[in-house]
Amino acid sequence: MSAIETAPRRRHPRRREYLTFLAFAGPNLLMIALFTYRPLLLNIQYSTLSWNLGSRTATVVGLGNYTKWFSNPRSWEVLRVTGVFTLATVGGTLVLGLLLATALNQRVKGRTAARSIIFAPYVLSGVGVGLVWLFIFDPMYGALSAVLRLWGATGPDWYLDRRWALVMVIIVYVWKNLGYAAVVYLAALQSVPQDLLDAAALDGAGTLRRFTHITVPLLSPTTFFLLITTTLSSLQSFDLIHVMTKGGPIDGTTTLMYQVYVEAFVNGRAGYSAAIATILFAILLVVTVLQMRFLERKVHYS
Amino acid sequence: MSTTTHAPDVTLRVAVRDLDPRPDRRPSRLRSLLGGYLPVAIATVVVVLPLAWMAVSSFKRPGEIVHLPIEWLPSTAYPGNYVEAARTVSFGRLFLNSAIVTAVGAGTKVVLALLTAYALVFIRFPAKRLVFTLVLVALMVPPHIALVPNYTLIAQLGGRNTLWGIVLPGLGTAFGTFLLRQQFLSLPRSIVEAAEIDGAGHLRRLVSIVAPISAPSIATVALISIVFEWNEYLWPLIITDDPRYMTLPVGLTLLQNSESGSAAWGVLMAGTVVVIVPILLVFAALQRWIVAGLTQGAVTG
Repeated sequence: MSAIETAPRRRHPRRREYLTFLAFAGPNLLMIALFTYRPLLLNIQYSTLSWNLGSRTATVVGLGNYTKWFSNPRSWEVLRVTGVFTLATVGGTLVLGLLLATALNQRVKGRTAARSIIFAPYVLSGVGVGLVWLFIFDPMYGALSAVLRLWGATGPDWYLDRRWALVMVIIVYVWKNLGYAAVVYLAALQSVPQDLLDAAALDGAGTLRRFTHITVPLLSPTTFFLLITTTLSSLQSFDLIHVMTKGGPIDGTTTLMYQVYVEAFVNGRAGYSAAIATILFAILLVVTVLQMRFLERKVHYS
Repeated sequence: MSTTTHAPDVTLRVAVRDLDPRPDRRPSRLRSLLGGYLPVAIATVVVVLPLAWMAVSSFKRPGEIVHLPIEWLPSTAYPGNYVEAARTVSFGRLFLNSAIVTAVGAGTKVVLALLTAYALVFIRFPAKRLVFTLVLVALMVPPHIALVPNYTLIAQLGGRNTLWGIVLPGLGTAFGTFLLRQQFLSLPRSIVEAAEIDGAGHLRRLVSIVAPISAPSIATVALISIVFEWNEYLWPLIITDDPRYMTLPVGLTLLQNSESGSAAWGVLMAGTVVVIVPILLVFAALQRWIVAGLTQGAVTG
């Protein structure tokens, strides 16, 4: 790079500047083009092929993979599981995150340390977290069933009941992502003007009323931001599902993202998987566009 | 960045102190207990207990794991699970692979992000706005949506079961570029212009002026990349099936598949400790930068 800069090209200082730009930004841009943009477009092309992973031959089937997916009753079950998983994880993360942020916003001793501890699961390996909780949920030797037994109760079979398996993955997902929402909400709570809350208090508004009528509406930009980001990551979650249930039992925890993986890398149906990936991408795109619209509006406000 | 998260704490403390002599109601002890301490305490315990359980269980003998009623603590710290985990899937090798992948991946990302962000802010180029837009859109492209095309490309290049095959597709960094560009835009132009008059080239200006004063932002990008590379699972899972080239999370699921029966939980928890504890230590020491960077998008909007 320094060779370019010291090269005797005095006659074209501007061109030299352009070349320096390319030398600096080029490698990164090349990687982004090769491994982010290229696969995105290629995936759409693959989705029109009947093609097994690793095979040298493929037949063009047009929209065949899509009609195959939409006409399969199993797909609707996958959509339902995806919907339940996304709604429950996003709802759980946001509601509990806000409650926790409100608590952290009080004059609690050791608040900074608590904030860090609560955030920690967010940075831990999904595989590791999944295994720790799978052990806790073990219907026979798990800590959870031991605690329930102390109270004379028996837990459901988290491993074999497909509905409870989904509940189990949802709980762990919320556990892992709760801290992120709490910290983001906490930052927003601290910018709620105190004089507004004081004025309402003087007018006789109780704690709950101030919370629902002042704090929550003022937090709505943050809520929308979190709604989008947690929805996007929930729709793409893979690690926990793969480690804890492998999409089972009987597809009970198979989300769209998980189906993309299974079809390509377990069943080897690369074209079919690419079609499902494209459907998932379309859903994610809608969510992202919503986010961008919102951000534009937010810029106008400020 | 560290200021964005810490400034509110200060203002809050001031605000709370101002509010302290409340006109009509004294802050009741009960309310601060129920509304503040109790939820925070419950949440902290709910986070800490599973991790403590992981650590404790990794030192239990197989007989203690499957003992009913449950034995909460092991009678003695039994290191055999770690020995067994290391023997079954050669955890030493996996640890080394993960360390290499993390170091090379995160290191390259930081360098590429620095160079790109510097170019976007300080070097003249006609289509700069377009370039930045492409980076910004790449930031929003879901990373795991197009697995098959990347898999076929890396496989064609001979990258299956290699460490470079694991690292290569993730090297481009839209996130790091975006974050550092924000930081560079906030720098006073005069500093860089002074160096320009002194005849320093762009690379010298980046290395000796721009990078040193942006150290906290660079640390944030580095730390988040480290966390991400260490935990990354789906791509290494797809591109390796030879245990010699797996990373720790992939090896952990290999261990999960090869150890059957409930008595194996001790071995699995030992493996999980090896995956989770390094990041936990990094987080404990440097959490300020990690939290700030990960919640950055929320703060900047």
